Amino acid sequence: MAFRRFVRHRGALVSSIILGTMILFVILAPFTARYGVNEAVFKTSIENPNQFLSPRGIAWLGTDDIGRDLYSRLIYGLRVSIFIGLAAAFFGTVLGVTIGAIAGLRGGWIDDVLMRVTDLFLAFPFLVTLLVLRSVMSSVSWLEPFVGKPTSIRFVIVLFVLFGWMGVARLMRGQVLALKEREFVEAARALGAGPVRIVVRHLLPNAIGPILVALTFAVSSAIIGEATLGFFGYGPQPGAGSTSLGKLVGGAKGALLPGYWWLVVFPCVLLVLSTLCVNFIGDGLRDATDPKLDGTR
Amino acid sequence: MLRFVLRRLLWAVPMVLIVTFLVYVALRVGTNPLASYLRVNQRASAKKIQQYIETNGLYEGFGGYLRGYFQWLQGFVTFDWPRSIKGSREVWPEFRDAMMNTLRLGLTATGIGILIGLSLGVFVALKPGGLRDTTVNTGAFVAISTPPYVSALILQLVFAVYWNRWFGSSLLPTSGVYPPGNRGFDLFLMIKHMVLPVTVVVIQIVAVYTRYMRASLLEVLNSEYMRTARSKGISERRVLVRHALRNALIPIVTVAAIDIGAILGGLIITERIFSYPGLGDFFLGAYDNGDFPQMMPWMFFFTLVVIFFNLVADVSYAVLDPRIRLGR
Amino acid sequence: MTENVLSLRDFRVTFPTLFGDVQAVRGVDLDVRAGEILGVVGESGSGKSVTFLGVMGLLPKSARISGSATVGDTELVGASSRIMREVRGRRVAMIFQDPLSALNPTHRIGDQIVEMIQAHNKVSTKAAMSRAIELLAEVGIPQPAERARQYPHEFSGGMRQRVMIAMAIANDPEVLIADEPTTALDVTVQAQILEILQRIQSELNAAVVLITHDLGVVARVADRVQGMYAGRVVERGSVESVYDHPSHPYTRGLLQSLPTVGRERLQPIPGAPPNMMDPPSGCAFRVRCPHAIERCADEMPSLLPVGDVESACWRADELSKVVGA
Repeated sequence: MAFRRFVRHRGALVSSIILGTMILFVILAPFTARYGVNEAVFKTSIENPNQFLSPRGIAWLGTDDIGRDLYSRLIYGLRVSIFIGLAAAFFGTVLGVTIGAIAGLRGGWIDDVLMRVTDLFLAFPFLVTLLVLRSVMSSVSWLEPFVGKPTSIRFVIVLFVLFGWMGVARLMRGQVLALKEREFVEAARALGAGPVRIVVRHLLPNAIGPILVALTFAVSSAIIGEATLGFFGYGPQPGAGSTSLGKLVGGAKGALLPGYWWLVVFPCVLLVLSTLCVNFIGDGLRDATDPKLDGTR
Repeated sequence: MLRFVLRRLLWAVPMVLIVTFLVYVALRVGTNPLASYLRVNQRASAKKIQQYIETNGLYEGFGGYLRGYFQWLQGFVTFDWPRSIKGSREVWPEFRDAMMNTLRLGLTATGIGILIGLSLGVFVALKPGGLRDTTVNTGAFVAISTPPYVSALILQLVFAVYWNRWFGSSLLPTSGVYPPGNRGFDLFLMIKHMVLPVTVVVIQIVAVYTRYMRASLLEVLNSEYMRTARSKGISERRVLVRHALRNALIPIVTVAAIDIGAILGGLIITERIFSYPGLGDFFLGAYDNGDFPQMMPWMFFFTLVVIFFNLVADVSYAVLDPRIRLGR
Repeated sequence: MTENVLSLRDFRVTFPTLFGDVQAVRGVDLDVRAGEILGVVGESGSGKSVTFLGVMGLLPKSARISGSATVGDTELVGASSRIMREVRGRRVAMIFQDPLSALNPTHRIGDQIVEMIQAHNKVSTKAAMSRAIELLAEVGIPQPAERARQYPHEFSGGMRQRVMIAMAIANDPEVLIADEPTTALDVTVQAQILEILQRIQSELNAAVVLITHDLGVVARVADRVQGMYAGRVVERGSVESVYDHPSHPYTRGLLQSLPTVGRERLQPIPGAPPNMMDPPSGCAFRVRCPHAIERCADEMPSLLPVGDVESACWRADELSKVVGA
């Protein structure tokens, strides 16, 4: 038993190291990337083209259709994706915690409606939900000042926040319902603490473990979500000076049939590796914070 | 029991109406059916446009939405479906064909996937903590973190593109149900075309169900009634099958019913990559055109499926687990 | 009356873990005689439950068991799974502490008893079911035919424990091991369950091993008592002699920690049971013992007769003469 826990934690540990390295690379992009995001590896000529070069010294992971270095673009792409993941997960969790706490504390019809709606929302295929939400958000003209254009990064983050709060809300509601009747909350209420104070001072600290776990998984699902939208051509177009994992993975489609394997393999591997690391960390956190798993068996 | 099921069924009716109305509003706002129509049919006459508005019930305001929704619903249940905005085609025959293709792909993949997943879950739960457990667990984790299009891309790269380079012909086709130009039914070709998409979906399902089964069975195996069962002197096999497996499967049936949406989501993505003419491809095509008359039946159908399987989850749990009281 | 139905000799159980071996049971000698009720007492972690789970082969596969455990003349340590299956439920049956988690929540009560009967008898399901209903009536469950069709969650705690007893006696076992059968129950229900156990025991003439930490329970129903500490037997003898003249400081401490009418204060035993990964040398109790001498650390005492009882203490002779408890 202890062996398994050890292995599991080792997974989370290794993942933390890999992800930490990735984040370091991404933050230090101007130094770690060898070329600019839109910079060609060298000036092209007829006898010496720079497009679709397989991996070699001047371009470690090869070049794309207009001769840009894939290695450098992956760093810049991961930077945008991680930013989207963190921002969406953070705001989604804050929204979810708030709504969940309200539902749990107030109960009644608010609670019923919320749980029914989230049930169905979560049961729908997520790509469909995302696409419908996306089209609604982009059609309501007065929303544009807040959420930006459908191709902007801000739009995608808002989209994932609207999509991602539900899981956290259910979780927070469950926690609140479970903790509400406990003595220390009763005591706080008896002493005249208001609902906001009870949630912030008493319920939140006790529910922080599962919420942290949910936040971690929200990061990975936002990264995957961006990649999925990007793959199907609905993702953000982060302007001329930038790219994202979704765009890079989407670019793999065109590289498939001609057999430019590096344009397929490397973006895919980076996507899977980064989400895998985040998931492993979430799993490790869950083990670490779940008292039920203490001394399994 | 019957009353419980009936009451749930009765509850499902307003649920379907409310949810599909919300979907209707979302699609009306999101796709803007009139603008999409004008974009696709730029030389439509004023009369045609007027006709389009009327057959689709595109009235404005909340009252107009409500009226339009019921007009649409009436047409839907009487199979008097408005035509698509692109090419003014009948929606139902295309929808039906797509549904058949998806069912074929989905049922095959789900069947294979659940079978392998549950077996693997049992396999590792019986010997937890060892190398076998770690390997399968890590594998399942990697598979869960791999979106279907990534596994699809890699499979296509290996079995079609590079296989062709190495051995002269590609092992498996990467798109469609039949090769271009094929006429009539051909089981072998059909299966050959299904191998890669089915594999992609199966990977996802296996990963999920291995973990479910492992967790559920481990919990049961560690429970005290397993010790009681062993203390009776019955065979170990009977202990595992009658006491452990049976109880471990109860939560899984419920989860499976709720999971149907996730499986459909995987199917949609997979179909798109393999240009497989199923419901996913149908939806994404309609979405790109903003084709309201095609999307609305699709969304209605999926809402029905989702609510139905939620109902199945509730009822199956109540049927399978005697601890659930049926009073609610 | 002196025939031994269950005998343990130098019985040991060790659990290997990542951090070292846990020696849960360290050489237990024990005899259960036909038709008696033997009380096995000790704090939690003293190895009393583990001993009997080990005898039944119900411990996790990682447990290492050595020594000897015989039922009649069948050796159980290292026995094949076929022999174990014949013994379990047929010759030795077991009742567990928590009757809710010990019954399968998704099987009907009647079916669970039928399974027990059919595991050892070739009878039709119908015949087994009518026998199961008889058994339920025997342990005092009203309307047994209807109750047999219900599920465990529809029973109260005491009723569930009755079901467990009915199941355990289904095949007329020679030995009935009751592992803390009353701990999870209300006091009034406890008395009922003990009464049933006593009645069943005299009707079937089966031997009963009553594992408990409750000396009051033992005093009420047991014929002989055996005290365990840190995986070893520290004292044994008839209930009267042990309660009147406890000769081992641990048993003495246990009795002093009992509430009794007329005593002013309870005296708990100071300290906590030792870490079984690395038990103290010599007598394991010496670190908590007020009477410990140097010899206690050097040599492990074994059970020796002291008056009417047997005690594993170097100073048992002196202590039994001091009137204290």
